[in-house]
Amino acid sequence: MKHFYTFLIITSLLATPVFAETPEEKGLAIAKEDDKRDNGFKDFTANMVMLLKNKQGEESSRHIRNKTLEVEGDGDKSISIFDRPRDVKGTALLNFTHKVGTDDQWLFLPALKRVKRISSANKSGSFMGSEFAYEDVTSQEVEKYNYKWIRDEEYKGELSFVFERYPVYKNSGYTRQVVWLDQKDYKILRIEFFDRKNSPLKTLTQSDFKQYLDKFWYPGKMHMENHQTGKSTLLTWTNYKFHNGLSDKDFNKNSLKRAR
Amino acid sequence: MHKLYLKRCAFLFILALGVFLYSSPKVFAHELSGYAAGELRLFPNEALYPGQNEQSASFAFQPEYYHEFKSGSSFTFVPFVRVDSGDQERTHFDIRELTFLWLEEDFELRVGVRKVFWGTTEVLHLVDIINQTDLVENTDTEDKLGQPMANLSLSRDWGTVDLFWMPFFRERTFAGTGGRLRGATIVDEDRVQYESAAEEWHSDWAFRYSHTFGDLDLGLSQFLGTNRDPTLLDGTDSSGNAIFIPKYEQIKQTSIDASYVVGDWLWKLESLYRTGQGNDDYFAWAGGFEYTFVGVLESGMDLGLVGEWMFDTREEEATTAFENDIATAIRLAVNDAASTEALLGWVQDLDTSARFLFLEASRRFGDNWLLTAELRTFLNQPMEDFLFEQRDDEIMQIELAYYF
Repeated sequence: MKHFYTFLIITSLLATPVFAETPEEKGLAIAKEDDKRDNGFKDFTANMVMLLKNKQGEESSRHIRNKTLEVEGDGDKSISIFDRPRDVKGTALLNFTHKVGTDDQWLFLPALKRVKRISSANKSGSFMGSEFAYEDVTSQEVEKYNYKWIRDEEYKGELSFVFERYPVYKNSGYTRQVVWLDQKDYKILRIEFFDRKNSPLKTLTQSDFKQYLDKFWYPGKMHMENHQTGKSTLLTWTNYKFHNGLSDKDFNKNSLKRAR
Repeated sequence: MHKLYLKRCAFLFILALGVFLYSSPKVFAHELSGYAAGELRLFPNEALYPGQNEQSASFAFQPEYYHEFKSGSSFTFVPFVRVDSGDQERTHFDIRELTFLWLEEDFELRVGVRKVFWGTTEVLHLVDIINQTDLVENTDTEDKLGQPMANLSLSRDWGTVDLFWMPFFRERTFAGTGGRLRGATIVDEDRVQYESAAEEWHSDWAFRYSHTFGDLDLGLSQFLGTNRDPTLLDGTDSSGNAIFIPKYEQIKQTSIDASYVVGDWLWKLESLYRTGQGNDDYFAWAGGFEYTFVGVLESGMDLGLVGEWMFDTREEEATTAFENDIATAIRLAVNDAASTEALLGWVQDLDTSARFLFLEASRRFGDNWLLTAELRTFLNQPMEDFLFEQRDDEIMQIELAYYF
């Protein structure tokens, strides 16, 4: 026990900077640590069910399969393939996320067998008719925001950092986001989104976390509520598979045409 | 349809099935999907030609069978059938797809019947040439007949190279006596003429290079073979009535298609140079932009604007209605659960007063039903216009499809 206390003191001494850390520096440090913990997954595939609910409580669902490739030094590459509703079955989206600037996106339309480049400059648009915007679902990179730590507090029984992040991207739909991140595993538990007029827009709550490869914590459920429209979207993730040996070749226009 | 062609398809099917059964017993995907659809067409204006109807009803069925092997190779079979009350030529069967895809680390080889799309523009699909247009399906030329081929595709760091060998040619479908959206003269497909002595068994070839350079997507293609877009020769049938005889020449077509993203703008260009059709070689191009306003009126709806200019150096001699035309369109995506969408467009001839308006809208009901409505009307068609003889073929079309 004595050794443990010594260890604690030493590590806390090491962790505490000589000069006082500003809230901005602390926020950035948290984001960097979060990013570090997310590095190294290489690739994964997963299934997603998207449940859309409108103000009247009417529901409809979309079934999507997802493949993601980690790209060193840049944002991830991903392909999303629709299984349901059946009329859009086979529709697929190829996305190259970049740390800064706009992403590259191509859409495959199966009826015409057409691959179409789409402009992704405006990331605030709805992702597949859901309450998630493109900028919410593409890979999160440290460089995409400026940060500011607000406070530490217990959230749903887990000691969390509460920090704000401000999109660097000028076409973002948000002025700021308030993030609750648990201090033990760096799981994002909650994000509050504020629109360009700084009014509360949406709240994301993530739950049913599972640890993969003894390292990565991924949420099983992501619930996005839009306070301005009364609509909500629940994403349920299943069947996560890591290290499938995917490479760049699985994420080009040719592979998009046969991604089904 | 050509009997030999059907026989050949049956042969390909058996061959593909054999390869499929032999190559891997470890199949991990069996999939059956597709749609069945009922369609109603109303023509508010009285027909100009005897035999034509003011309305028609039809039924279409397109199942899709798909199999994937552990290696990633796959087998696809998509037959299509339509039964139409108004035009017996529109009642037809086609094999849209019957393909075996052999997927390897450094190449993709596809053998069988397929559909391939080339191009970037929205209104006119100028450089798209691999497949024959199934014109009786829809005059927008977006429906295609399945093309028998072998296609080798090589994807490298410096781009993708595709080589196509097409051993059999498909004739274009044309509206019959009962059909609307046609000229005064019926195209008699039984009198078809070919420039090549091999007729429909002429081997057509195509080569394509495509690549993405940052914000630019570029495709360069070369096609050598039978023209998909026939020249219509004057003729008479056995009872002395005027008919058109479709003639399919041997052509060479070099084309480019590109799209370029600049912020919220998407710029597009398609251009071709063709020799062998008619007496003169010609150029044609189509190009323009697409701009999307995201979340218009703080509603979550997306509003897209499309502007395109189409030009053909043959001008009045062109075998297309779009020889010098401007198309503008507005696309609305409501982004609701029903995926409600609408496209309103206007094509204006720059040399005459002719214009053409279209509206396409769709909405899903439940998980499986899709309702699509189309409205098209021709305005101020002068006598010399390509579509003059279709001036009274304003059409309202409603389709209800069940997807499974």
